[in-house]
Amino acid sequence: MGQIRLQGVQKSFGPVHIIKGADLEITDGSFVVFVGPSGCGKTTLLRLIAGLEDVTGGAILIDGRNVVDVPPAKRGLSMVFQSYALYPHMSVRGNIAFGLKMAGLPKDEINRKVEAAAATLNLTPYLDRKPRELSGGQRQRVAIGRAIVREPKAFLFDEPLSNLDAALRVQMRLEVTRLQKQLGTTAIYVTHDQVEAMTMADKIVVLNGGKIEQYGSPLELYEKPANLFVAGFIGSPKMNFVTGDLAKQQGATTIGVRPEHLKVERDGQGGWHGTVAVAEHLGSDTFLYVDAGPLGMLTARYVGELDLHPGDKVSLIPDPARIHRFDDGGKSIRA
Amino acid sequence: MATQQTQLLARTLLTPAVALLFIWMVVPLALTIYFATLHYNLLDPGSESFVGLENFRYFLTDPAFLASLQNTLVLVGSVLAITIILGVPLALLLDQQVVGLSIVRLMVIAPFFVMPTVSALVWKNLLMHPVSGLFAWIAHLFGLPAIDWFNEAPLFSVILIISWQWLPFATLILLTALQSLDEEQKEAAEMDGASAISTFIYITLPHLARPITVVILIETIFLLTVFAEIFVTTGGGPGLQTTNIAFLIYSQALIQYDVGSASAGGLVAVVLANIVAFFLVRIVGRNLEA
Repeated sequence: MGQIRLQGVQKSFGPVHIIKGADLEITDGSFVVFVGPSGCGKTTLLRLIAGLEDVTGGAILIDGRNVVDVPPAKRGLSMVFQSYALYPHMSVRGNIAFGLKMAGLPKDEINRKVEAAAATLNLTPYLDRKPRELSGGQRQRVAIGRAIVREPKAFLFDEPLSNLDAALRVQMRLEVTRLQKQLGTTAIYVTHDQVEAMTMADKIVVLNGGKIEQYGSPLELYEKPANLFVAGFIGSPKMNFVTGDLAKQQGATTIGVRPEHLKVERDGQGGWHGTVAVAEHLGSDTFLYVDAGPLGMLTARYVGELDLHPGDKVSLIPDPARIHRFDDGGKSIRA
Repeated sequence: MATQQTQLLARTLLTPAVALLFIWMVVPLALTIYFATLHYNLLDPGSESFVGLENFRYFLTDPAFLASLQNTLVLVGSVLAITIILGVPLALLLDQQVVGLSIVRLMVIAPFFVMPTVSALVWKNLLMHPVSGLFAWIAHLFGLPAIDWFNEAPLFSVILIISWQWLPFATLILLTALQSLDEEQKEAAEMDGASAISTFIYITLPHLARPITVVILIETIFLLTVFAEIFVTTGGGPGLQTTNIAFLIYSQALIQYDVGSASAGGLVAVVLANIVAFFLVRIVGRNLEA
């Protein structure tokens, strides 16, 4: 079991409020990603759950038990750190076994569990190597092995893939997701990369300035962002925002359209007119950065190749069903 | 930097410095070797004559030699043990976040900057003096007889003074090493359920292995040649109880005026230091690799 509930969790460092009251319910076995810009408090929130920081106020319930006064090791969670934090003088075996050794398990049971964990992660040939003799991806796996061997109620991941190169990151992303589904253990994963969040999560928590902006499934966040911040943060390239008269006609202060929901037409009728400033041809997609005069710069995405070049006149036609409307406070207006 | 031209240039530019250092080293060594083969006593000028290895035989068979060799080893070993065993907890304490820490750190390192002669004099006359010393006064407070440190436990007293001087050095090196210990590693150990003591044994101490090696190597080099503290406090006595090799050589040369025997002793000391260094590097040098 690994059900985690946050009730009004607050954290301040002196006069600085990092977490301004977080309420959250994480169901057993789900993969939840905390995402947000740097300094939004996502790592702090994770550390509060881990017990590496003390809460200033509120309660953290793991399987219904308030753990705010429980030391980290007794919470039944395990953590994968950004720097992996492997013990450099211990072999891979020693690293994975350390938690079990501290728990006072008998030797043969430790060996059995370590070898099982190593087999799951394809680490068996490296068990007697030191961390410095491993590649980045292997170190990452050792850190994960150290987490899974303790059979925790939940895994906590603190930006674990940020030190890997792009190709390895995609591969590890898949491996982590697959492993989590296979083990069925609750996981909380912190990242600043919204692509990681969208691809890995069952549910995403978007944090900004110490507040939870929205909590929902990736597609919920994509299709029904609660506010301007979530709308701008989720999705790549960013959503286009338009203010002024055009928005007022729709009964909103700001309207937003995702680049993929803008139809691009050469010298077309209607829609929004502009000049191509930059065109990025990826083969599979074409990204257009269009100078639309009073509307500002707009980004449009076209699936496939589109033979347009800087200086070409285009018109962009927004999909009326996919226009997001926001009020004065940036809140989403639902029809 | 790999072209032949730059290599040649580098060698040419280095030559004067290397040559100077080489001469600086070789001339005294050659003279020492030369003197070691002479009967050469300052009280008996003009009687210098070649005696072969007679000075070495005289120095090595002198009962004072074995006594002082033992004293040297005891002194080095004790000071190393004291500075490291006390240095580790001190460094751990100084690694905590406390108000006024920078001042405390400065105070801790201060003894290292006091000249050996001065600190030895302070210890001898202000702290350990059996009549007017602070320790005697404290003993008196408890109604105990004052201890005449330099007569009752002379070698221990010298070890105490030297340890006091070298403790800051060990502490400082260990402290900087502690500060470079990755915070996340400690947190990982905390998540793994390690107690403070387990974290110290399994995480901190292995991390300190390398700086401890550095402390041992550097302190050994300096402690083999301790002289000022002995000269100022006990003068090698009572008897030979605080005479180490360095002091023995001094007394051969400038108390007995026997330059030949002192030179032989100097060469013996060089050989001994190399033997110690050889074993030291073998035992602890492995820690410095990779």
